[in-house]
Amino acid sequence: MADETIIDVRDVHKTFVSESKPTLWKRLTGKPHVQKRVEVLKGVDLVVHRGETIAILGSSGSGKSTLLRCINKLETIDAGRIYVNGHLIGYDERDGELIAEKASVTAQKRTDIGFVFQHFNLFLNKTALGNVMAPLRDVKKMSAAEAKAVAVPNLEMVGLGDKMENYPSKLSGGQKQRVAIARALAMNPSVMLFDEPTSALDPELVGEVLAVIKKIAQQGTTMVIVTHEMQFARDIADRIVVMDQGVIVEEGPPSRIFTAPQHPKTRALLSRSGILPG
Amino acid sequence: MDFITNTLAVFPALLQAVPIVVQLALGAMAIALVLGLLVALARISSSKILRGIATVYLEVIRGTPLLVQLVYIFFVLPSIGVSIEPVPAGILGLGLNYAAYLSEVFRSAILSVEHGQTEAALSLGYTPSKTLWKVVIPQSFVVSMGPIGNYFIAMIKDTALTSVIAVTEILKTANILNSQTFQTTAIYTAAAILYLIISLPLSRVVVVLERKARASG
Repeated sequence: MADETIIDVRDVHKTFVSESKPTLWKRLTGKPHVQKRVEVLKGVDLVVHRGETIAILGSSGSGKSTLLRCINKLETIDAGRIYVNGHLIGYDERDGELIAEKASVTAQKRTDIGFVFQHFNLFLNKTALGNVMAPLRDVKKMSAAEAKAVAVPNLEMVGLGDKMENYPSKLSGGQKQRVAIARALAMNPSVMLFDEPTSALDPELVGEVLAVIKKIAQQGTTMVIVTHEMQFARDIADRIVVMDQGVIVEEGPPSRIFTAPQHPKTRALLSRSGILPG
Repeated sequence: MDFITNTLAVFPALLQAVPIVVQLALGAMAIALVLGLLVALARISSSKILRGIATVYLEVIRGTPLLVQLVYIFFVLPSIGVSIEPVPAGILGLGLNYAAYLSEVFRSAILSVEHGQTEAALSLGYTPSKTLWKVVIPQSFVVSMGPIGNYFIAMIKDTALTSVIAVTEILKTANILNSQTFQTTAIYTAAAILYLIISLPLSRVVVVLERKARASG
């Protein structure tokens, strides 16, 4: 079962189109308004197996966060296919044709994909415990007692057993991110996606969050982490994926990537981070 | 001294009108809150028809005086066979009017809820409508509390307009007293003071609500 596929990304393309509204002047003069098109993913293939920990590295603008957001359909892809646990994300496939699925079906598929945001995105009007309980109640339809029985051990696991009644405004950044991790984990997803989970934290708070993520990885959770923390990626990942300008330029075990990178972009990235001598 | 004694003497009679004012304000506020939220949702919905209906409603209400709306409901609707008693007509008129203004409060409050809250809910498996009702709207209420409170105070003062459609609220009661006793100064001074007594404590409550909303944000 070691190589059971959890995430299967096939030839995914994504273009962001930003349309500036035509100004009155442009309309009067008949100048066409410009569409700005940026192709962020240019054909990405990625397979993640059960129990694997994948770290995606790359400079900003390389498309790594967008790839992660496409996996749970926070962004809609233009071409290609993404399967999570065998389910095609965003579409129904009938006789080889793709039909956009209902929002409720997407929602159902998302319950199987945990997502941790850079900026935590805790529900501001709920306590730490309330944040973890809310989706169990609202989405999984658990009773208050059932939800609490699931939420409390998860909060204890991330080391916040004594902060359960605190509102987000009374938590540090590191504590907020740990609540967010507990909230995602409590849904018992097949895979956890982390989108730069420590990038918004003060340096002294990064360690506590990385420690929690490492703990989860050691429990055998399948996870994909987009990060700038090179040493952490080296320490925790089974496989490193390096992206640049919308494509995966290199992937492999950290032992090889960090000592003998093949692609010039990987070498540039590592030397910028001080891991390889420039 | 006569003036003060006379003014005080009017109060008991005016106080009898307070229950009517409370009835008008609470009834109209209930309509305004429910309808206002519905109009706000229609305005931000993806349906062109809903957006159109809501916009027309908003423009008609905001483009005509409340006094005219009340008169219309009470004096014109009977000609098409819809007769409404003074107090229900007042509640309806005030409610329909304030719904338009509250819908703008709700709309901006809903739009002010950070997009990250929506993304978090969606990522946890909330459907779009569940995200709206369970995550976005509850948070927008916190932001709306202050403005809603201010509109409530304004509405209490606007109940005076229902005097023209035969509702015996404070102003109408004062008018009746005046026609009987001609103590014009004392009567209308007492009426003005009575409105102040009602609205001043409420505006303190609004200040507290606004402070709370800021603290939780």
